[in-house]
Amino acid sequence: MNKQITYKPFGTKAILIEWKAIIDQEILNDIIQFKENISAQQKEDYTDFMIAYNSLTIIYKEEVLDFKKEVEKLQSIYKSNVISEQQEAHIWEIPVCYDVKFGIDLQEISEVLKVSIEEIIQLHSEKIYTVFFIGFLPGFLYLGGLDEKIIFDRKENPRLQVDKGAVAIGGKQTGIYPSNSAGGWNIIGKTPLNFFDVQKENPCFAKAGDQIQFKPISVDAFYQLEKEVTANTFIISKTLQHD
Amino acid sequence: MIKVLNSGFYATIQDRGRVGFAAKGIPVSGAMDQYSSAMANSILNNSDNAAVLEITFGGCKLQFLAATIICISGADFSAKINNEAIILNSRIQVQENDVLSFGKINFGVRTYLAVKDGFKSDKIWRSRSFYPQITNDFIIRKNDLLPITTFKSDLESSNTSVKTVKSHFDSNEINCFKGPEFELLNKHQHKRLLQESFTISNDNNRMGYRLTEIIKNSLPSILTSAVLPGTVQLTPSGKLIILMKDCQVTGGYPRILQLTENAIYKLAQKTTNQFIRFRL
Repeated sequence: MNKQITYKPFGTKAILIEWKAIIDQEILNDIIQFKENISAQQKEDYTDFMIAYNSLTIIYKEEVLDFKKEVEKLQSIYKSNVISEQQEAHIWEIPVCYDVKFGIDLQEISEVLKVSIEEIIQLHSEKIYTVFFIGFLPGFLYLGGLDEKIIFDRKENPRLQVDKGAVAIGGKQTGIYPSNSAGGWNIIGKTPLNFFDVQKENPCFAKAGDQIQFKPISVDAFYQLEKEVTANTFIISKTLQHD
Repeated sequence: MIKVLNSGFYATIQDRGRVGFAAKGIPVSGAMDQYSSAMANSILNNSDNAAVLEITFGGCKLQFLAATIICISGADFSAKINNEAIILNSRIQVQENDVLSFGKINFGVRTYLAVKDGFKSDKIWRSRSFYPQITNDFIIRKNDLLPITTFKSDLESSNTSVKTVKSHFDSNEINCFKGPEFELLNKHQHKRLLQESFTISNDNNRMGYRLTEIIKNSLPSILTSAVLPGTVQLTPSGKLIILMKDCQVTGGYPRILQLTENAIYKLAQKTTNQFIRFRL
């Protein structure tokens, strides 16, 4: 680990570590590795690690009394180059019904971009997306990797209600609404999966560094899977991610 | 159980919050004024994470269906048991069918009702703090039953009460640290931020407080990054937003200040049209 990074106090119980302000898979890997290396030591000192595009925020249990000393400790962990074992990264297969019944903005996107609906679906579902982090709403994944041909600006007037499970495009980003909420992204489909499940010990199956691939399904398959998800019998298909 | 006869304006069950789930996008939540909620819990010898009822502006009416010991700390809304005034920050034995109500607002915005052993509503991800789509309820409603433990006699009972520290409610000084993007502001903007007073707009709640005055700026948005309760964001239109306990975990506006924990508690006792001053 040899990137230029800076350390800033963030109140008295958090330290913000920043990388160059770009969205980049290599930076994400560096952040995740650093996080694993920090948490491998004195795990009980921290309550949370918040990963974002170019930052890692460490939240401490107690006040950090000596910021300089703490930064020196973190710097030596960063430079140590020890590769502590990472949690396994997965590729999750997310079934999505792209029927216009759910993909209520497909028609408009197709007309404006002059790309057929079939092609939008193909471009959206053949890519493998990287989960950079979770934020905005509980279980909302920030995904990188949308095909340039289907970049489409957010709506000028956000909808007051977007359904849970809606798969959408907002500018250069694509994502899934984990719960009913207001939202300005363009809706192209819907998944029956829960990205945020209060019944489970782990609120959200995905984590930073995982990958997502969307798999087109029919309307009938959507309703069948929705039943299985409700009955808690559906198991999400995942494969181990290899370098 | 406690039966809600009247829900009042806005009341929620809160403890110290859902700590350790920010990486899954889950807000921390928890009592807004943890100075007052901790006071109520400590007077009852409760654990500091015992769940309390956070009552905004009073108005609610609660009936105890079981005897217990209570303590109310925080804002003064003229609390009464069976129409008899009770003292803040003191242990009070209540009997089955006693009714707690509130009247005139004397000072503060949020008051905390602690019961011996804490409220026992559902614990989800290590916390009972209400939050929409996480807990079943996100606000108490008429006829709700709030689970508590029965305590028939109070062996530690005393007539003494802890005096309210008035500066917690009266002072307009909000202590803070420089936020991660503080240095992006110019001298003039720093001066305005730290020397002028700011008015709390009517858009203030558990998620955040928006201020009325504007600080013109041309700061670029930042790449989405972590925010915390107490983070002061500056929007491109110049509005200041102070994030509070139910805030999202990430944001894209420059973070120019970070309130101290105690400043968050003080701000939680302020509302629309009151003014504050930031102190570094």
